[in-house]
Amino acid sequence: MAHPQPSTRPPTQPLAQPDMDAEIEELQDAYDKAVAGGAPVLHHPRRDYAPYRSSLLRHPKQPPVAVAGGDPEAVELSGPVFGVTDITEHDNDLTVQHRGEPIGERMTVSGRLLDRAGRPVRGQLVEIWQANAAGRYAHLREQHPAPLDPNFTGVGRTLTDDRGRYSFTTVRPGPYPWGNHTNAWRPAHIHFSVFGTAFTQRLVTQMYFPNDPLFRYDPILRSVTDRAARDRLVAAYDHGLSRPGFSLGYTWDIVLDGPAATWAEEGR
Amino acid sequence: MAERLLPTPSHTIGPFYGHALPFPDGDRIAPPGHPDAIGLHGYVYDGAGAPVPDALLDFWQAAPDGSLGGAPGSMRRDPSTGGFLGRNGVDFTGYGRVPTDADGHYALHTLPPGNPGLPYIGVCVFARGLTHHLFTRAYLADGADPLLDSLPPERRATLIAAGGGAGGATGGADRTYRFDIRLQGEGETVFLEFR
Repeated sequence: MAHPQPSTRPPTQPLAQPDMDAEIEELQDAYDKAVAGGAPVLHHPRRDYAPYRSSLLRHPKQPPVAVAGGDPEAVELSGPVFGVTDITEHDNDLTVQHRGEPIGERMTVSGRLLDRAGRPVRGQLVEIWQANAAGRYAHLREQHPAPLDPNFTGVGRTLTDDRGRYSFTTVRPGPYPWGNHTNAWRPAHIHFSVFGTAFTQRLVTQMYFPNDPLFRYDPILRSVTDRAARDRLVAAYDHGLSRPGFSLGYTWDIVLDGPAATWAEEGR
Repeated sequence: MAERLLPTPSHTIGPFYGHALPFPDGDRIAPPGHPDAIGLHGYVYDGAGAPVPDALLDFWQAAPDGSLGGAPGSMRRDPSTGGFLGRNGVDFTGYGRVPTDADGHYALHTLPPGNPGLPYIGVCVFARGLTHHLFTRAYLADGADPLLDSLPPERRATLIAAGGGAGGATGGADRTYRFDIRLQGEGETVFLEFR
């Protein structure tokens, strides 16, 4: 086989936001009409969502093949486990990982990790990463000319507790520009990577903050064409989680899709 | 299973996970120097045939004895420095995580999976531009299998890793398998859905 060579990408014209808005709304209307006509609700984003330009060459054209009848011996019905050796004490507090305190609005983000039957996923790994308060990632490829914060890396890990609950202390990330189209901005978000009891339940996603005016313009959020599904990506402000004189609280529960082998091991 | 709750939608992993998700020894499920160690490697390609330098691959497999229980310690940490210690070289966690290199290549070092039937390694693909991860399987042998047998020959071939036969570079058994992942177009890899 020949060594892979970079190839010519399809021509992409830089689009203005109104062009992008028209593309997004066209796909929204098509989805709404399909559902009204009896098509199934889509809980996950389309992989072939053209307004998100990077998806053009990275989505399969063939439909996924169902692993039929829930093959009871499928390896994917079980999954990786993690434990106290995989995290350290300060991993879930992103504000204490450096000598000084990061700049920004300090907050607590907490919620439960559940399966679709509402059962807690206990003792499982939750990883997050995010931009700093100015909207800059501590990542070499990041070129947004906003300041780095020497006291903020923006990476956290934790294990869910016996009720499936996770909790992070961090600062609120800023929105940031990106190159999808002219004047493209991502709404502020925190990336989450989570595991269930089965590999089938693996999930990487993003959590947003309430009432962000950038939602409607963002092709990544809008790739989830179902409105109710989009709403499930938005955390709720939770005054009960706010800590007096210290931080504001946000609640966000995560529900994992996909089958698992057995519920007998849930106490692990 | 009663499904009362609706799932949280997936989102792309984006371009900036590199300082957060990869970890030392993520590619080394096999204990160092283990005589049965195998390699699984290949390229991830996009629909234009270009390598994908910003994909992240998760691997999950049975232990050589068939166990699917896994073990903690894939990303073992140093409580005194907050850094990574690497795996302990004894426990078989069954889990690996490998980001593709700048040329779209990945390599995983592991032990042969002992699951019933044909041996395979479960793969979950994440990438910038991929709104929802993709599952596939790297089969380390060909033969009778409910999934493989449900596919036409040219699609079936995308799930079977090449190599693993006799006559490797050192003259002994070749313990290196090649498994490329094509996200789109000609030779597109079979991706799986679990219900």
